[in-house]
Amino acid sequence: MTLKEAEGIAERPAEVARTRASQRKLVWWAFKKHRLALVSAWLLAGMLVVIALCEFVAPFDDRHRDSAYTTAPPQVLKLWSDSGFGLHVDGYTSEQDPRSLRITYEANPEDRIDVGFFVKGEEYELFGFIPMDRHLLGPQDPGDPMYLWGTTTDGQDLLSQVVYATRVSASVGIIGVLLAFLLGIVLGAVSGYFGGWIDNAVQRVIELIMSVPSIPLWLGLAAALPAQMGPVGRYFIITTILALVAWTGLAREVRGRFLALRSEEFVTSAMLDGSSHTRIMFRHMLPSFSSHIIAALSLSIPGMILAETALSWLGMGLRPPAVSWGVQLQDASKWSVLSGAPWLLIPGLCVVLVVLAFNFVGDGLRDAADPYKH
Amino acid sequence: MVRYLGRRALYMAATLLAISLVVFVIISLPPGDYVTALQAKYSVMGQGLTESDVANLRQRYGLDGSLFAQYWHWITQIVLHGDLGMSFEHSKPVEDVIAPRLGWTIAVSLITLLVTWALAFPIGVYSAVKQHSVGDYAVTTMGFLGLATPNFLIALVFIYFSVTWAGSVPSGLCSPEWCDASWNLGKVLDLLGHLWIPMIVIGTGGVAGLVRIIRNNLLDELRRPYVTAARARGVPEGPLLRRYPLRVALNPFVSTIGWVLPMLLVGDIVVGQILSLPTLGPILLGALKAQDMYLAGSVIMVLSVVTVIGTLVSDLLLGWLDPRIRLGHQR
Repeated sequence: MTLKEAEGIAERPAEVARTRASQRKLVWWAFKKHRLALVSAWLLAGMLVVIALCEFVAPFDDRHRDSAYTTAPPQVLKLWSDSGFGLHVDGYTSEQDPRSLRITYEANPEDRIDVGFFVKGEEYELFGFIPMDRHLLGPQDPGDPMYLWGTTTDGQDLLSQVVYATRVSASVGIIGVLLAFLLGIVLGAVSGYFGGWIDNAVQRVIELIMSVPSIPLWLGLAAALPAQMGPVGRYFIITTILALVAWTGLAREVRGRFLALRSEEFVTSAMLDGSSHTRIMFRHMLPSFSSHIIAALSLSIPGMILAETALSWLGMGLRPPAVSWGVQLQDASKWSVLSGAPWLLIPGLCVVLVVLAFNFVGDGLRDAADPYKH
Repeated sequence: MVRYLGRRALYMAATLLAISLVVFVIISLPPGDYVTALQAKYSVMGQGLTESDVANLRQRYGLDGSLFAQYWHWITQIVLHGDLGMSFEHSKPVEDVIAPRLGWTIAVSLITLLVTWALAFPIGVYSAVKQHSVGDYAVTTMGFLGLATPNFLIALVFIYFSVTWAGSVPSGLCSPEWCDASWNLGKVLDLLGHLWIPMIVIGTGGVAGLVRIIRNNLLDELRRPYVTAARARGVPEGPLLRRYPLRVALNPFVSTIGWVLPMLLVGDIVVGQILSLPTLGPILLGALKAQDMYLAGSVIMVLSVVTVIGTLVSDLLLGWLDPRIRLGHQR
């Protein structure tokens, strides 16, 4: 037996496993090889947990306002002080400049604020129906200041605000993309499957929408919203507006796939079997590239999140009392405020992180989507 | 080529028509129109408009009649008389508000476009030729970051550092002492001193996107059999790279005018806001917030028209450069 043959035998169990694995398993194996994508997927999973348990994770609720501590700097969690062992933060001493009236805060090691896990705090309803008052992390005495990421110009805890904003901003991205996808999948499928004048018409509409720069278009549509509209209504309409402009890229992707698949044998045989057009499109053709669709979905969420952030930051998207990353960053846009409070840029960091994560996961999925390629 | 040109021009005309429809929808979406807004403004100031004034104004702006009639009135005014309507906020014709800023907007965008190209080309080529090197990884990482960071965030970070280090924010496009001066070397230098910040802020996304495209294109090209064949025949790397792969990889420069240009214009909306540039961005935002719809709609239209022209130019250049595209359309 030559060395080569021996290697061939040694490889065989893996080979067998490979040929017997389901497609889902193959995609997962290919995805796992993309290290960054895997880390990003965990990050996004963590984010989803935070979104679901947002009231519990945030130390304070989103209406909490402490006028004694406006734009206070972040505190550092400590384990050890002169008075013994235990998780705590230092309190603040404040000083007001008599001329500029600007208040500056210093950490005060004398003033120890004990911090604990699962502490009692403001009451809330988890998932909207389970009444609770425990928070993941918070001051032992609910009245004490514990602002790990500092406070905003209104004296709100930045950490809690970011947690609530994550729910709003990320869900705008996800819901918006799902809406856009509904439009994109139907129009893209019809366009690619039937071809001819339908295809032509849909393609012209797509090109038209793409030819208007998207942010001005979004701004123009958002400007029509009445100023007195409630935050919930505004949230849904902004999401819809984002989706109405963003479906075009997805529709193109779907159309291309349908166009390529139309001449495959399994489609012809489904036709000869007398399946209806809808059944052929959505039962036979669509599932054959569902992993590509998930990749495309994941890659279009960042655009949505960035658009919402820009829109809200410009004051044309969501508005306070709604909190989103863009709304939060408005706080940082006055340079006199920003120069003394760089922690106000933390929401921006979240945007970058989440956008990167969605991009990496999308890239990983796209590469893994076709496990039979190699 | 003539047929290709004709087809593109016809297509552009259709797009322009459709854009005008979209803009008209945006103008008519908010409740109320220019004259009702004006009436409200005058009654607040304590001097109501007479019935005949109102009727005259409504007649002048063609506000009575069906939506289609209103659109027709609006578009013919623009095409025949260059009359974009009145700006409610500025109390002057829209074209007088836009005209002085249009030049700066285009100038800033074009300069940024040139700088974007000048940066993206060498970086993209380097990272493709030296694939998997430390430099390539650095470039790829920066590219991801550049695409993931909203440009207003870059501007905010810039402002933070310039306040903490230099103690002030460089706003506008010229220092006060040079603004009214006539053009000379000093003013140009002063302008360049101000221009680099908006350029970095607006251009980062464009550079990141372009580098990625050039890198991918060049990598695809370098894997082609003809490159291997040329290498096997002993063609040195430099000339080999220059002769074909690089020329093919140059295509995205031209084809991206279509999407880089709108990206730059949009960047201007955001950046102009923070750095108070004399461009169209801040005007658009102010107009939208005040629901000054003739002005807002017109700015959107101008931006779209610039984009469409950019796309046309890039299509034509591409058709001229690349026979595959020119002939592919003739089928």
